[in-house]
Amino acid sequence: MTAPDTGDRPPGAAADISSQSGVAAALTPVLTVAVSLLGLCLLWGLAANAWPSRAFPGPGRVWQVLLAEAANGDLFYHLGATLGRVAAAYVVAMVIGSVIGVLLGSHRSADRFFSPWLVLFLNIPALVVIVLAYIWFGLNEAAAIGAVAVNKIPNVVVTMREGARALDPNYAEMAAIYRFGLLDRIRHVLLPQLQPYLAAASRSGIALIWKIVLVVELLGRSNGVGFQIYLYFQLFDVAAILAYTLAFVAVMLVIELLLVQPIERHATRWRRRPA
Amino acid sequence: MQPVGAVVPLRVDIAEKTFRSAQGVSIAALQDLSFEVRQGEFACLLGPSGCGKTTTLRILLGLDKDFSGSFQLPEGGSNRIAAVFQEPILLPWRTVEQNVRLALPKSLRAKNLDGLFDTLGLAGMRSLYPAELSLGLARRAALARAFATEPAVLFLDEPFASLDERTAERLRHLLLTVWSARPTTALMVTHNLREALMLSDRIIVLAQRPAHVLGMFDVRLPRQYRNPQVMSDLLRSFHQKFPGVA
Ligand SMILES: Nc1ncnc2c1ncn2[C@@H]1O[C@H](COP(=O)(O)OP(=O)(O)OP(=O)(O)O)[C@@H](O)[C@H]1O
Ligand SMILES: [Mg+2]
Repeated sequence: MTAPDTGDRPPGAAADISSQSGVAAALTPVLTVAVSLLGLCLLWGLAANAWPSRAFPGPGRVWQVLLAEAANGDLFYHLGATLGRVAAAYVVAMVIGSVIGVLLGSHRSADRFFSPWLVLFLNIPALVVIVLAYIWFGLNEAAAIGAVAVNKIPNVVVTMREGARALDPNYAEMAAIYRFGLLDRIRHVLLPQLQPYLAAASRSGIALIWKIVLVVELLGRSNGVGFQIYLYFQLFDVAAILAYTLAFVAVMLVIELLLVQPIERHATRWRRRPA
Repeated sequence: MQPVGAVVPLRVDIAEKTFRSAQGVSIAALQDLSFEVRQGEFACLLGPSGCGKTTTLRILLGLDKDFSGSFQLPEGGSNRIAAVFQEPILLPWRTVEQNVRLALPKSLRAKNLDGLFDTLGLAGMRSLYPAELSLGLARRAALARAFATEPAVLFLDEPFASLDERTAERLRHLLLTVWSARPTTALMVTHNLREALMLSDRIIVLAQRPAHVLGMFDVRLPRQYRNPQVMSDLLRSFHQKFPGVA
């Protein structure tokens, strides 16, 4: 993960030519993805035609439902509710998990003592945490978000503990000699070293969190994608279920592309070396 | 040229420093090590490899507190310490200039560093990341960081090791230039005798491990008179005083 970025830019006159071939090189994977997805839709359409059933709608039908839900505003309301919970749970899990992880990674005895707890929490099924949270804290937003965060925190702890173990003591000593303040130490010494681990925890985190959020919504909330899927499950409306699922997957992919990847590129810009 | 700040000398009096290896074997690194560096003086700590020079610096820098004995750092002025190690230890995710400024106290963060960067030949490289520097340039950046803080005492641990001789020689001259502009009490570790004779006012010669002081060698001659002829005379008298060393 410390490999230098291979997308290096040759300086000077070569820039024009290389930027054109660069665009082509950037487009090829996008095209491949588009063709691949189109192929999947085609296959799905053919299969839906071969076995026509209300429980197996084709892509056209799902698209119609999607447009209808978007037109009456339901889609955005429920997507927004779910997205808000994902974001809140993500922030809570990352902050708490990172703090615990770094503490365990830098204190051997604490690590030895709390390791069994960690293994225990890693193995508690998400459903159990959610049900208990609703029983203990009531059917409210805090319990919902807390339950999702608690499911994710052990994973973050494990990743960030690795990150803390890999910290280079030379930087901490340099910071001590030059009397860096606490905030400078965190911002300029600690976080940049933990960045690859934060990125890894984030990636696996968002994927896990949004799936758990749907379950939380299904069990105890009255809005969100999970709630809608439960509703349409009772109505046996598979087209609506698929419409909501695909819409949310699309949103998560867009977030990954427009938010996560640019942030990561920015955070690792110093690894780039001129050719 | 007024020596700035420090009115108290650097006084070292370490009774003992012992390492315990992972297998439980104890290694005495320092034993009755005591010396003094006067204010505004550039001293070199010269000794065989593995005798405990780095260990001494780490104790003085406050990085190793597990020893018996005491030491006193020069006071006055900024009351700060600065260090240049064999590895430059720049933050790879910050530019050269950010690396230097981060080491400054908050009140001096915005200070004008043009002169320092110019002297060290880093003027065009302030916005580069350390990965884009050669080792020699990275060492210069580490020197810039150390001098920018205007420390009361400066520690250097073989700052010119593993450079080709020409680059090392240029860096020594640069070090002398910035240091002469503001003579700070300095203690430099080296096992290069020529380097020590060229740079220092006084050489503290250490014995094999456990390190203690074998003797002092004062070089009273101003640095601008230390030409090749004088250097070979100095070398000869050093070898007369310390036969078998270096
Ligand atoms: N953390 C440590 N644990 C155990 N032994 C150590 C440790 N650090 C240093 N030593 C031992 O202490 C002795 C002195 O080490 P030190 O690094 O101070 O030597 P040095 O004079 O700086 O050598 P060099 O010129 O090669 O850098 C060495 O024998 C080394 O093996
Ligand atoms: Mg050493």
